[in-house]
Amino acid sequence: MGKAKKVGARRKTSGAPAGARGGPAKANSNPFEVKVNRQKFQILGRKTRHDVGLPGVSRARALRKRTQTLLKEYKERDKSNVFRDKRFGEYNSSMSPEEKMMKRFALEQQRHHEKKSIYNLNEDEELTHYGQSLADIEKHNDIVDSDSDAEDRGALSAELTAAHFGGGGGLLHEKTQQEDEEQGKAKSRKELIEELIAKSKQEKRERQAQREDALELTEKLDQDWKEIQTLLSHKTPKSENRDKKEKPKAERLRRMLGKDEDENVKKPKHISADDLNDGFVLDKDDRRLLSYKDGKMNVEEDGQEEQSKEASDPESNEEEGDSSGREDTEESDSPDSHSDLESNVESEEENEKPAKEQRQTPGRGPTSGKGRAGKAAGDELPYTFAAPESYEELRSLLLGRSMEEQLLVVERIQKCNHPSLAEGNKAKLEKLFGFLLEYVGDLATDDPPDLRVIDKLVVHLYNLCQMFPESASDAVKFVLRDAMHEMEEMIETKGRATLPGLDVLIYLKITRLLFPTSDFWHPVVTPALVCLSQLLTKCPVLSLQDVVKGLFVCCLFLEYVALSQRFIPELINFLLGILYIATPNKASQGSTLVHPFRALGKNSELLVVSDREDVATWQQSSLSLRWASGLRAPTSTEANHIRLSCLAVGLALLKHCVPMYGSLPSFHAIMGPLRALLTDHLADCSHPQELQELCQSTLTEMESQKQLCRPLTCEKSKPVPLKLFTPRLVSNSQPQVIHPPWPPNYRCEPQHPAKKVIFVKVVML
Amino acid sequence: SEDQEEIQEAVRTCSRLFGALLERGELFVGQLPSEEMVMTGSRGAARKYKVWMRHRYHSCGNRLGELLGHPSFQVKELALSALMKFVQLEGAHPLEKSKWEGNYLFPRELFKLVVGGLLSPEEDQSLLLSQFREYLDYDDTRYHTMQAAVEAVARVTGQHPEVPPAFWNNTFTLLSAVSLPRQEPTVSSFYVKRTELWDTWKVAHLKEHRKAFQTMWLSFLKHKLPLSLYKKVLLITHDAILPQLAQPTLMIDFLTRACDLGGALSLLALNGLFILIHKHNLEYPDFYRKLYGLLDPSVFHVKYRARFFHLADLFLSSSHLPAYLVAAFAKRLARLALTAPPEALLMVLPFICNLLRRHPACRVLVHRPHGPELDADPYDPGEKDPAQSRALESSLWELQALQRHYHPEVSKAASVINQALSVPEVSIAPLLELTAYEIFERDLKKKGSEPVPLEFIPAQGLLGRPGELCAQHFTLS
Repeated sequence: MGKAKKVGARRKTSGAPAGARGGPAKANSNPFEVKVNRQKFQILGRKTRHDVGLPGVSRARALRKRTQTLLKEYKERDKSNVFRDKRFGEYNSSMSPEEKMMKRFALEQQRHHEKKSIYNLNEDEELTHYGQSLADIEKHNDIVDSDSDAEDRGALSAELTAAHFGGGGGLLHEKTQQEDEEQGKAKSRKELIEELIAKSKQEKRERQAQREDALELTEKLDQDWKEIQTLLSHKTPKSENRDKKEKPKAERLRRMLGKDEDENVKKPKHISADDLNDGFVLDKDDRRLLSYKDGKMNVEEDGQEEQSKEASDPESNEEEGDSSGREDTEESDSPDSHSDLESNVESEEENEKPAKEQRQTPGRGPTSGKGRAGKAAGDELPYTFAAPESYEELRSLLLGRSMEEQLLVVERIQKCNHPSLAEGNKAKLEKLFGFLLEYVGDLATDDPPDLRVIDKLVVHLYNLCQMFPESASDAVKFVLRDAMHEMEEMIETKGRATLPGLDVLIYLKITRLLFPTSDFWHPVVTPALVCLSQLLTKCPVLSLQDVVKGLFVCCLFLEYVALSQRFIPELINFLLGILYIATPNKASQGSTLVHPFRALGKNSELLVVSDREDVATWQQSSLSLRWASGLRAPTSTEANHIRLSCLAVGLALLKHCVPMYGSLPSFHAIMGPLRALLTDHLADCSHPQELQELCQSTLTEMESQKQLCRPLTCEKSKPVPLKLFTPRLVSNSQPQVIHPPWPPNYRCEPQHPAKKVIFVKVVML
Repeated sequence: SEDQEEIQEAVRTCSRLFGALLERGELFVGQLPSEEMVMTGSRGAARKYKVWMRHRYHSCGNRLGELLGHPSFQVKELALSALMKFVQLEGAHPLEKSKWEGNYLFPRELFKLVVGGLLSPEEDQSLLLSQFREYLDYDDTRYHTMQAAVEAVARVTGQHPEVPPAFWNNTFTLLSAVSLPRQEPTVSSFYVKRTELWDTWKVAHLKEHRKAFQTMWLSFLKHKLPLSLYKKVLLITHDAILPQLAQPTLMIDFLTRACDLGGALSLLALNGLFILIHKHNLEYPDFYRKLYGLLDPSVFHVKYRARFFHLADLFLSSSHLPAYLVAAFAKRLARLALTAPPEALLMVLPFICNLLRRHPACRVLVHRPHGPELDADPYDPGEKDPAQSRALESSLWELQALQRHYHPEVSKAASVINQALSVPEVSIAPLLELTAYEIFERDLKKKGSEPVPLEFIPAQGLLGRPGELCAQHFTLS
């Protein structure tokens, strides 16, 4: 009833769209559908608008409206996909259909020719016979053949032979008899045969149809499967974003643990039964990884993300700049040109200073002569630089320029020779990395060392290294080898080496910045670690400078293992030595002191400060790298202050080590000598307050490291299976028959003369 | 005369003159009377001439002996060859009467002069001694050198209260140059040509040579030598001295004295002692205790590290050592490994594992399945006696700690103990001489299978992020 009503209503509305408004406009309206709004009182002069209503009609309209709006929304509730027609020229009215078809065909062909089908010769040429693809026909025939082979050996083949060759009368007779019985009337032979043929044909057709059905079904199944597969694969992109961030970390963790690659390959990854395959395991690992710095790393991570975004931005900027760079040179020459330089530097805080300076320089004008000169030179800088072919070339380009200019030059060299611009640029930039590294070394050996420039150049080195990992690692290896070689020579000739200059230390630091130092094995980092170890063990500490350098090396060493938390015996020894040379000599000590330090002698009290006044005026400050290069001879007060700072740094590093190595099984054996020295330091009250506190806190922390000595056990190894030896057979050799002499315990049994025992041994070689 | 040329000419002339006289027998033979007595005496002129000539020959010999100390090497060399020529000729034409038939005569006085000149207390004679070395190939000169050296040492140490080191050095050079033939030579080679050989001559017997050799070394070693010389002597003790002594056990005095000196010397002395214990049945109960005492942290940093561990390996190679001893050594070495550089670790870790392999009783150090959990390591590192150190109650936690060493190979070497130890020992011989530089080169050459991994945190500046250690403790300005 309701349905009929609705249908009627719909018909009506479709007939008269404005009918609802019009009210009882239709004369033939069904009186049952009309609802009359009776008026109680007739009021003159008032127009009545709603005296008659059509509830069916209005409801139908409302429903339609809902289906058009609400239902649509509802259906597309969770869908963000948009169907986009990518057919070529589909919406281009200016193209004729023929053109479109041609173009599409060409595109299709082109797609086929890409990569995939390079090796597929003659794939696209389809051979036809009577307009049917030969390939199809062949396939089809094949199937028929195989099927007929398999099935048709039975009754049908007998029938067929009967029909074709006229033989087998008995069979035929039988058949006809059957049919006679059925139909009850005789048939001529011709009719019979025709019938037979028709029948067989029909059967054949049926079988064919069946087969086609089966084929169709399998095809359909395939398609369905493909769809499901795409659904499955669609699931992964969801987690892709996260993967992008997690992946390097997970990779690093894997390398840190040093699982051998082949091991990874051999064993399938362990998957928990509860695993939902949603990447949760990674998350968990990651959290462990982050926890190493009391949440500090968490903060950094956010920063990293931003930075990585930023880092990727400049590149795209660069590329854009490259494409347009040549034309609008005028534009980029203004002070603005610094701005993109700063975007490379990334860190906001560090940017501020140079940016300020730059902003100020134009304002100051004549007052700052140097600034103006620099500015002028900056204006004069050419915008394109050929990549330097030799180190001297680079040096001549950079030498004598201010820091900003040097950075600008380096950046422009990189931009002008971006690998995307020309063929040979890659090699040029690869070389540039080596030259820059050399330049950094030169800057570090200068007096005074130009550390600020190095500080900024490091960013460029990092970028170049990201572009060319192989050549960069080779270049770093080269400088490390140089440094080690020099040291080795010194050891061979003199029996000991001196701590190398600041350049080597800076190379090592750069290595830390460029490569992941937490790896179990790394082609660059592992040699660098050996190099650091050599610095700490082979170089005696002869001066305050050496102490500063040594502490820097210690710092570096700890940074190298910050994530992997690996154990460094040399470092502990060195810190022990530092603590030792900061105490006045005593007779009983020194048995545990090892190589670079001597228990007694000239430098065994290097860090002892005896001047009370200097102790009182000392303020804790970080050490300057400039002291390592021997800037100038400090006054005695300064020297004393440096001494105390060194001691402070040494203690701080020691304190850093304590929680790091707290979990090592023989922690107390490692720290024993250090503990004894620290108690000595505490007993000797000449240190400033801060140092005393540092000592005290380190000592308490050391003592608070609880340790349980659980006896070691080996892992149970699998029982080794017995080795089975298979005899090696030589085919052409005659089997050699050896009759051994009778065994000693053999007794001839006369009662069985027929039973002969013959020992035959066939020796197969 | 001061002029070198003149001296050389004079030496040559003397050598020729007296050589001819000796051959002609124109020198007085027998007990030499004093010159004045003969001159005033009433004997014949011929005898007077002979006696006078003999006196001249005598003073010429003395003078040549003095010339062995001449500053110019050519003069020394010439004087030496002249003296040796005299020795040869005088041996052939003896200047004393043979008392019985087959009496062995050798110009001992003259030869003593030569050796005395060589063992000069004032200056280094090593060059001249190397010249003299060729004469030591002859049996008779060697024998008499040994005898003369004993006398020279006795004389010099008697004269000087403080013996100059130059003398010790010269003596050592001479003594170390003496080497006896390994077995009785079939044909003795004599510097002084002999027409016939007598079996009664001591010179012809190796046994006598050995006795002389022994007296020579013992008389030398009983004195207090400079430390550097101790080292040199100990270095050749085991293969040059000990096998050639008649009674090697007599060396024990010297060796125990050296053993107490400490450091490398002790080790070398222990090597000598070991040979005595091993081959000559010597009783020396403190041997392993002394060796144990030698293990201190510096052992991994000294130059003789390779030799030390080679010898330690040798000393501990017996499978009949008590388990407590081996355990103490293993534990001590593991303790020391906590301060060792990677090149030493790569050697000492297999060393410890070898110890455990040799002595299955010590495997409890790495495998104690149902042991109780302890509060502290029962091992006492301060204990001097390995028997009291309670090492067997302990475990090698140090190796477990070293599994977290920064160098991958060390970490792998330490991880060996996680599995049951394989049976064959690892040869440590190729690891003994390993240096850090070699490790470095090896690491550099090793190629990874995958591309070089890179740091994914972008660099900000030289010192890194503000939170990192370098940035905390160092500034650029």
